[in-house]
Amino acid sequence: MSTDVEQLSCRELVELVTDYLEGALPEEERLRFEDHIARCGACKIYLEQIRQTVAALGHLPEDALTPEAERVLLDAFRGWHRR
Amino acid sequence: MADDQLLAALRGRDENAFRELVREYHPSLVRVARIYVPTQAAAEEVAQETWLGVLNGLDRFEGRSSLRTWIFRILTNIAKTKAVRDGRTLPFSALQDPRGVPEAAVDADRFLDPEHPRWPGHWAVKPEAWPEDALLAAETRKRLAEAIEALPATQRAVISLRDVEGWSSEEVRNALDLSETNQRVLLHRARSKVRAALEDYLNEAGT
Repeated sequence: MSTDVEQLSCRELVELVTDYLEGALPEEERLRFEDHIARCGACKIYLEQIRQTVAALGHLPEDALTPEAERVLLDAFRGWHRR
Repeated sequence: MADDQLLAALRGRDENAFRELVREYHPSLVRVARIYVPTQAAAEEVAQETWLGVLNGLDRFEGRSSLRTWIFRILTNIAKTKAVRDGRTLPFSALQDPRGVPEAAVDADRFLDPEHPRWPGHWAVKPEAWPEDALLAAETRKRLAEAIEALPATQRAVISLRDVEGWSSEEVRNALDLSETNQRVLLHRARSKVRAALEDYLNEAGT
C-alpha cells in the first residue's frame, strides 16, 4: 500500500475542508484534496453539504435590535449630545 | 455609509447616523460579549456600556483602525473587565489556542478504521446528498438557528459573524483579536457541527 502514502483518507479530508474553502491549503495539499474529491463521491457530497450549510446560514435573518434596547441607546445618545 | 462620512455625522451629533450604527452592530456586540459573560442579560449590559464608551471616545478616535474594529475593541475591554470583576475565569485559553482541545469534524464511527486493510479511513456511513428545496424550508432554518445557539460561545461568535453576517475573516480576526489559524479552527468546528445537525435533521425528515 505504499502508493497510498500520498493520498488523503476521507477521515483526513473532512478536517481540511475549511482550510480548503478559505484558500489556506499549501499548493501540494490543495492538489491532494482536489484529487481525492474528484475520485470520491461521498467526500464530494460532504464538501457540497458544507457549502450548502454556509449558504443557508447566509439566508438566516440577522438578530434585530429590540425596540427597548434602541430606545435606551438613543436616550444615551441624546444625553451625550446635550453635553 | 463609509467610515469617514459616518464619523463626521456622529461627531455632528446626527441621531440617525447613531441609530444606523447601533442597528448594524448591536446584535453582533451582544453575541461577542457572550464569549466573556455567562448570560444574555449580562452580554446586553456589556453591549450597552460599549455604546457609552463609543460616544465618550468618539471625539478622540483617530481612525487608525476601522470604526468597526475600534468599537469591538471597546467591547472586548469592557467585557474582560467585567468578567474579572465578577471573578470569572476567562476563556482565554480557549480563544487563544482552540487546537489544545481536539475535536473531530465528523464522528469517528462514521469512518472505517485507519488500519483497515482495504479502505483505511474511508467512509463507513456515507453522507447522502440533500434535497435542495429542504434547505430553504422554514423548519430547516429553525434547526440551523438552534444548532448555532448550541455552539460554545467563541465558535458561535465566529460563525455568526462570518456566515450569518457575512464578515471577512480579517474583520472577524480584528474584532475578536484572533490569529488567522485560530479563527479558521473555530470556524471549522462551528461549520462542521452545524452541518452535522442539519444532516441529522434532514436524514430524519427524509425517512
